[in-house]
Amino acid sequence: MASLNDYLLASALLFAIGLAGVVMRRNIIIVFMCLELMLSAANLSLVAFSRFNTVNGLPDYNGQMLVFFVVTVAAAEVAVGLAIIVALYRARQTIHTDELTSLKG
Amino acid sequence: MPSFLFWLFTTIMLIGGVAVIAFRNPVSSALSVVTCFVGLAGLFIGLSAFFVGVIQILVYTGAVMVLFLFIIMLLDLKDEEHRAKKMVPIAAGLALVAAFMVQFIGVLSQTANKPGTGFTKEGLTASAKILVSNSTIPEAGKINQALTQGQLPDVHLIGHTLFTQYNLPLQILGVLLLVATVGVVTLSKRQAE
Repeated sequence: MASLNDYLLASALLFAIGLAGVVMRRNIIIVFMCLELMLSAANLSLVAFSRFNTVNGLPDYNGQMLVFFVVTVAAAEVAVGLAIIVALYRARQTIHTDELTSLKG
Repeated sequence: MPSFLFWLFTTIMLIGGVAVIAFRNPVSSALSVVTCFVGLAGLFIGLSAFFVGVIQILVYTGAVMVLFLFIIMLLDLKDEEHRAKKMVPIAAGLALVAAFMVQFIGVLSQTANKPGTGFTKEGLTASAKILVSNSTIPEAGKINQALTQGQLPDVHLIGHTLFTQYNLPLQILGVLLLVATVGVVTLSKRQAE
């Protein structure tokens, strides 16, 4: 079986991909997907810690509870975020971050 | 889990992740996210977190990504392919990722590694005895039964933890979902002139 560091490395690589996507891409929907990738990377490290930190010989289920709550909050966040994107598109007819410069000084 | 499956699912996950950034078409990106999450669910199941693996498939690839595809089709974005790529964000992204990975590998090389060990029937029976003796689980219940048979009742244990230790956060989560639903309805309503 793979060791804890293998799982943490996989999680860090996924997080790095998400981070790169958030910085590189200009399309808000893609940026939002990359945020989901980063949340999932955090979930992977939580589950890995839960599995490798055994309590009474069983996985530490407190970690998996946190994953459960993260998944639920992420689903709510996606619903609200996509509603905001649709409202933004209705108001501005664009979802490119280059063209959304109202807050620029 | 044999290491071969670990590397297989990690590769699927990372290729899916890179494809999300690389594709210019949002629909291809969304389908790459699905690929990435399927690999991730495989990793979860390899970590004996069966419930989280199934939730990953059902909630993320089933519900969330379909919602994304739905919104992409609703917005009908076509102009992305004609845009010139800007070099500054790409360089900034690569520099940020390089800095993050250097930091991470620095931390990882300083911390102790833990080798993976599978569950044995003796170990699970022993943990069942501990849990019954401090009356966390009932002796006649399904959790004890499965543990003494040498299986890991992952879903039962999560349900048990969720409805005993984490009951109040669960209720608060219900309120959060209600607030999100009301918020989405308010946001999507056409503004009155």
